[in-house]
Amino acid sequence: MRPRITLAVATRVLRQLARDPRTLVMLILLPVAILALLHWMFVDLPGFGFTSLAPALLALIPFIVMFLVTSVTTLRERTSGTLERLLAMPMGRGDFLLGYALAFGAVAVIQSLLAVWVSVMWLGLDVAASVVWLAVVAIADAILGTALGLFVSAFARTEFQAVQFMPVLVIPQILLCGLFVGRAQLPDVLRQVSDVLPLSFAVDAMKAVAEHAHAPGLGGDLAVVIGYIAAALLLGALTLRRRSE
Amino acid sequence: MAVVTARGLKVTRGGREVLHGLDFEVAAGEVLGLLGPSGCGKSTLLRSIVGVQAGVSGRVEVLGEPAGARGLRGRIGYVTQAASVYDDLTVIENLRFFASVLGADRTEVDRCLERIDLVDERDHVVRRLSGGQRSRVSLAVALLGQPELLVLDEPTVGLDPVLRRQLWELFHELAGERGLGLIVSSHVMDEARRCDRLLLMREGRLLAVGTPDEITARTGTTDVEDAFLALVEGQEGVA
Repeated sequence: MRPRITLAVATRVLRQLARDPRTLVMLILLPVAILALLHWMFVDLPGFGFTSLAPALLALIPFIVMFLVTSVTTLRERTSGTLERLLAMPMGRGDFLLGYALAFGAVAVIQSLLAVWVSVMWLGLDVAASVVWLAVVAIADAILGTALGLFVSAFARTEFQAVQFMPVLVIPQILLCGLFVGRAQLPDVLRQVSDVLPLSFAVDAMKAVAEHAHAPGLGGDLAVVIGYIAAALLLGALTLRRRSE
Repeated sequence: MAVVTARGLKVTRGGREVLHGLDFEVAAGEVLGLLGPSGCGKSTLLRSIVGVQAGVSGRVEVLGEPAGARGLRGRIGYVTQAASVYDDLTVIENLRFFASVLGADRTEVDRCLERIDLVDERDHVVRRLSGGQRSRVSLAVALLGQPELLVLDEPTVGLDPVLRRQLWELFHELAGERGLGLIVSSHVMDEARRCDRLLLMREGRLLAVGTPDEITARTGTTDVEDAFLALVEGQEGVA
C-alpha cells in the first residue's frame, strides 16, 4: 500500500461527491431529519420517549445511511471499467478501499457531528457522560457502516447483488442490537449471536454514554467497533480480484 | 524484439473454452491489428495480455515477464472497450488522478493532453463530451507514465473517419518514435490496411497471422475482408 495512491483515491472520490450535491446533502442531512422526525413523534407524549430512543438511533441511522451509499459506490467503477484499468496499474487493492474509506469517513464525521449537535442543542437530548463521547461513538458507528458497505461493494459483482445485502447484513443487526428487546432478555442462541454483531457493540457504547457519567465499558466497545472496521476493510480488499471473467 | 509472446494461450470461462490455444507475438515498434467479428474473443485475448483475465492457461509473456506480474503494472497502457474514465470529473482531473496513481508528474499530463489534442477540452466534465472525445480521454490516460506496450480495445469504434485516420497516424508515430508495441483491436476489416501486421480471429482461433499483403496474397484476394471470407470457407471446406 502507498499513501500517495490512497490519498489520490480519497481526493478523487471527494471531488466526485462534490460534483453530486444531491447525494452529499442527503448524506449529511438525512440523519438529522430522521432524528427530528422522531422528536416530533414524541412531542405530545409524557415521559422520555425521545431521550431514551435517540442514543440508539444516533448509532443506527448514520450506520444505515453510510452502509447504503457505500455498498453501491465502488460498483460504479466496475461498470465504467475504471476499476479494471486501476487494477492493471500499480494500485494496491488496499489503497483502493482505504481511499474510499477515508473519503466517506470524512463525510461520516460531518454527518455524525451535525446529528449530535442538532440532537443536543435543538432536540433536547440529554446524556449522562460528556457530549464529546457521544460524538466519538456516533462517528465510529458511521464509519463502521462505511466499512461494512465497502466490504459488500467489493464482494458484490452488480448493484443488484449489493442492495440485497442490506436485508441480509443490516436488518438482523438492527433487530438484535438491543433496541427492541434488551440483549440480556433474548433467547440464549440469539443473545450469543447478538454478542458478536458489530452493531450491538455500537449501540452498547451509545447507551453507556447516555446512561452513565463514566460510560462503563465504553473503551472496550469502541475497540471492538474499530476492530470490525479494520476487518471489514481488510476482507473487502482481499475479495477484490485483479483477474475477472 | 517481441514485447508480447503467447504460446498455446487458452482461456476457459464458466467451464467452456473460449480461446483455443493461440500463438502470436507483438514486436516492439509495430502496430499489430487484431481483427475479427464481435464476440470472437478479441477483448478476452487483450485482457489476457494485460493480466486481468481469469482462467488463462498456456504461456503469455509481456516485456519479459509473465502476463499479470506485479512489475508490469504501469508499463502497459490499456484502453478497455468502455471509456474507463470518470464521467463526473473534468478531463484534466481524470488525467491528474491516473497520473498520481502511476507516479507520473504534472508535465506529463500536459504532454498527453497535447498529444491527443484535448487542450481545449481540458476543463470540460467528461459526461458532456462526445463519444469520440471520451475515447480520446481514455487514450490520453493510457499514454501516461511512458508505457512500453499499448493495448487498445476498439479505440476507433464509432469515430468519424477523419479522426480515425488521425488516431492511426498517432499509433504509427508512437510505434516509430519510442519503439512502443501496439496491439489494436477492431471489428472493421477496412482498418486492416492501417496495421503493420494482422491477427485475423474467429470463434476463439486465429485464422491468419501476417502483413495485410501476405494475407491477401496467400488467399489470392485483393482486400482483407475477402481474405477473411476465403479463409473461413477454406477452413469449413477442410472440416
